[in-house]
Amino acid sequence: MAEIKIDAKFLQCPGPIVQLFNAVKSSQSGDIIVVEATDHGFYKDVQAWCKKTGNELVSLIDGDVIVAKVRKA
Amino acid sequence: MGNKKTIIVFSGDLDRAMAAFIIATGAAAMGDDVTMFFTFWGLNILRKAKKVQVKKDFLERIFGIMMPRGPEKLGLSKMNFGGLGAKMMRYIMKKKNVNTLTELMENAQAMGVKIIACTMSMDVMGIRKEELIDGIDFAGVATYLGEADEANMNLFI
Repeated sequence: MAEIKIDAKFLQCPGPIVQLFNAVKSSQSGDIIVVEATDHGFYKDVQAWCKKTGNELVSLIDGDVIVAKVRKA
Repeated sequence: MGNKKTIIVFSGDLDRAMAAFIIATGAAAMGDDVTMFFTFWGLNILRKAKKVQVKKDFLERIFGIMMPRGPEKLGLSKMNFGGLGAKMMRYIMKKKNVNTLTELMENAQAMGVKIIACTMSMDVMGIRKEELIDGIDFAGVATYLGEADEANMNLFI
């Protein structure tokens, strides 16, 4: 199982979730995708995105750089 | 999982067009099917920046000259000040790293957002297929309504 890092820093909405979506689409089930973003809205957005798409939010760290770890379903 | 969303883009204002495309790409990133239906002033968003040689009558030509040609030429719905406001907005958005409308449109198309141009409005405004961006469909209200029937969100912008 691979771990894919996505640098979505300084991207504005909807950049980070688009990057996440593309990364998840091109990865295998069980892969971990780590997204780093600076858009404050991403903290809530990534939760909504995971809930809607059924992928698992493994961890989420708030801060100047938000770090979300997502496991592809 | 995936639902369907439809957006009618009636306005040709830069700010409204951006809102429409941000929602559309966002929805596509959530795994939804998205259809955008462009009518009246919204058609100007889809115009190519370069002038395309097509046959038009006098009124159609005048119309074509008066209306903005593509995303780089649109004005703001508020505080446009003869285009100065739009220039300022573009400058600020670039500084804040917001995607331009052109980029948003390219992303949307790359993510499978379906774009439909209203043929009736095209006829009224004298806009020909060749003048609009590639990769779009041409249809009427029944097509939109058919899509809207299957959707759980329909916006009019």
